Amino acid sequence: MYDFLLPDMGATAPILLVALIGVVLVVVDSFSNDSASIPWLSGAVLVAAITIELARVGVTDSAFMGHVMSGGFASFVNVVILLGALGSVILSVPYLSRTGHNFGEVHALILIATAGMMVLANAGSLITLFVGLETMSICLYVLTGLVRDNERANESALKYFLLGAFSTGFFLYGIALLYGATGTMMLSDMPAALVETGRTGFFAGGVALLLIGFFFKVSAVPFHMWTPDVYQGAPTTLAGFMSTASKTAAFAALILVLGRILPLDDVGLDTRHVLAIVAAITMVVGNVLALAQRNIKRMLAYSSIAHAGYILTGLAAGALGYAGALYYLLAYTVMNIGAFGVMSVLEWDGKQGAEQTIDSLAGIGSRKPLLGVAMGVFMFALSGFPPLAGFFGKYFVFAAAVDAGLTWLALIGVLASVVSAYYYLRVLVAFWMKKPEDAHVSVQSAAFDVPLFSKVVLVACVAALIALGIVPGFITEAAGAFFVTPEATALLP
Amino acid sequence: MELALNWYLSLSAVLFVIGVLGVLLRRNAIVIFLSIELMLNAANLALVAFSQTFGDVNGQVLVFFVMSVAAAEVAVGLAIIIALFRNKETVNVNEINLFRG
Amino acid sequence: MLETFLFFLFAIVAVVGALGMLIARNPVSSALWMIMTLFSIACLYITLNAEFIGVIQVLVYAGAIMVLFLFVIMLLNLESMPSLGDLDWRKVVAFALGIAVLAQLLVVISLKLDVMPEPVAIAEAADATSATNIGIALLTEHSFSLEIIGVLLLAATVGAVMLAKKRFV
Repeated sequence: MYDFLLPDMGATAPILLVALIGVVLVVVDSFSNDSASIPWLSGAVLVAAITIELARVGVTDSAFMGHVMSGGFASFVNVVILLGALGSVILSVPYLSRTGHNFGEVHALILIATAGMMVLANAGSLITLFVGLETMSICLYVLTGLVRDNERANESALKYFLLGAFSTGFFLYGIALLYGATGTMMLSDMPAALVETGRTGFFAGGVALLLIGFFFKVSAVPFHMWTPDVYQGAPTTLAGFMSTASKTAAFAALILVLGRILPLDDVGLDTRHVLAIVAAITMVVGNVLALAQRNIKRMLAYSSIAHAGYILTGLAAGALGYAGALYYLLAYTVMNIGAFGVMSVLEWDGKQGAEQTIDSLAGIGSRKPLLGVAMGVFMFALSGFPPLAGFFGKYFVFAAAVDAGLTWLALIGVLASVVSAYYYLRVLVAFWMKKPEDAHVSVQSAAFDVPLFSKVVLVACVAALIALGIVPGFITEAAGAFFVTPEATALLP
Repeated sequence: MELALNWYLSLSAVLFVIGVLGVLLRRNAIVIFLSIELMLNAANLALVAFSQTFGDVNGQVLVFFVMSVAAAEVAVGLAIIIALFRNKETVNVNEINLFRG
Repeated sequence: MLETFLFFLFAIVAVVGALGMLIARNPVSSALWMIMTLFSIACLYITLNAEFIGVIQVLVYAGAIMVLFLFVIMLLNLESMPSLGDLDWRKVVAFALGIAVLAQLLVVISLKLDVMPEPVAIAEAADATSATNIGIALLTEHSFSLEIIGVLLLAATVGAVMLAKKRFV
């Protein structure tokens, strides 16, 4: 009777594998003091999961009676999440060893958080959506407060936790109202149920509360106040992990949910315009506040808010923008992992980068050319210069917005990116053109090496950004295919 | 039952709002956290009421998961509060600026 | 009739407990008021014929979670914190916001209840959501979520130890 379970476990193998190895790492760590093998194990399982998912991008499938998506869209998003996790794991090993926090548990928590993100991004029902969201969030709360003897880390963990749990309350109430409006937890049954019952007040209220939860997780503007403090207080490589993989997961889930809601927006509450307005405010506020930042980690936090705005622009454009948003998520993951990676290497002073200002890094580019060049590529990509991946990401989402009749939104986006060029390039000016003598803290006195693995990740990120920029069509065609094939239209009506 | 669903949902809305007010008004991290638990309970009550109205088991399954998640969340949240208290001797969120970007 | 009486009894107790939690000066009293609310919510689950959830509510919430809360409050030995006494602008804003959300939710609830999915008979619903059926659903349809929740509980335990243990090697 229940023999469907085994094939379903095969279909969700990457998630189960990552979660299983997360559990195994806890056991391994408690029985041996050899912490060197743990990162290798977690890296290996992430690579294995990426391989499986890449092989499954072509199929569209669902498992556990439709509660979990698998293949196609889900596989694509999982690859992006897993890449973000892999980059973070590799960068974290030297970084955490230097700060003395390279515990095996950290890697276990990263893997379990990754599994939660994949569940969130592959959710086929409101139940899996909630379970994935919470698995991801709870692990991230712990990782934020990892440096527990540091007051700032404690504070940012508490802030993240309280606001995160608060938003979970709204999210759950939204789920309850949506369940009441449609009588089903399955996302795939919702369109039919909505045709039957129409858009009731329950439905509108549920969507609104659910969106608040999502906006919080992607740090869209009215709900962004946690982002700068958390990114500044968390260990740098893990802040990179949070800013990329968790946002990818939340955006993918948002696409899954919106796919059921947007087609009905000709009646009642207009979700599309809510998204467009939030996207516009997010882009403007994120970029303007980033201008004033002296601390690079804080600046990157505001920049990640701004990027959430660009991606929301793609979502506001509806089905046209989904493929662009997926491409953007991939590009954004690569460039942000790289930018946080460079910053993690530059924190030789053991202050977690919390007090590092742009000035204290003056002239670092000529001392460490690899870091300088890599940071240059990431900054140009983040600000959207052609031919790097960041440019095409912005182009795809803005073009989709124009096609969807949201020209004003695309215009705001373009103006906001022009503003953003100032603060990204200021970092490069500090890195390359200022003399170390200008700095308050002499970087000459600090000797540090760039770890080999960090170099490998940074070079890979640079190469990926250039490759994604030269052949953007390869990814967008793959991503676009999820939204045109018959199976995919069944998945996302 | 016709009358009851409406009443149960109204009660759940009232409890939810008391929870929201608790988060916004109180300055003690532990009381804020208690208020968040109240919000989750309000949502659970609505879910069970709907689940009984539809005769659908999924709502109660979600409530079961919410309770497990709440247990995990409490463990982590209280650990964070203890870690902060060790370094700072306070759980007053006025000194943490919860809603400032 | 009895059903209506029980509902109002427990509803009033729940709201009083919630307000007590909100207003109490001392975190210990807040937690105790909260236990009262959680207990009456458990009773409400039972009046809804959801016995399984009601029992779990008492065991997990009132039994485990609130004990943990009380334990931590006692451990930290907190003095009573400032209460609602001093009014400032953010309290006014918060109150207005809360009332607005409440009004909105009540309007939503009173609106168009008739167009909801078809309700079923009480006995039928109680049977469909019996502990047996919840168990079957948990171990088949929801076995994936159940596994993930299990892993999450492990992660939370490990994380709590990492954050709160005095000396972590």
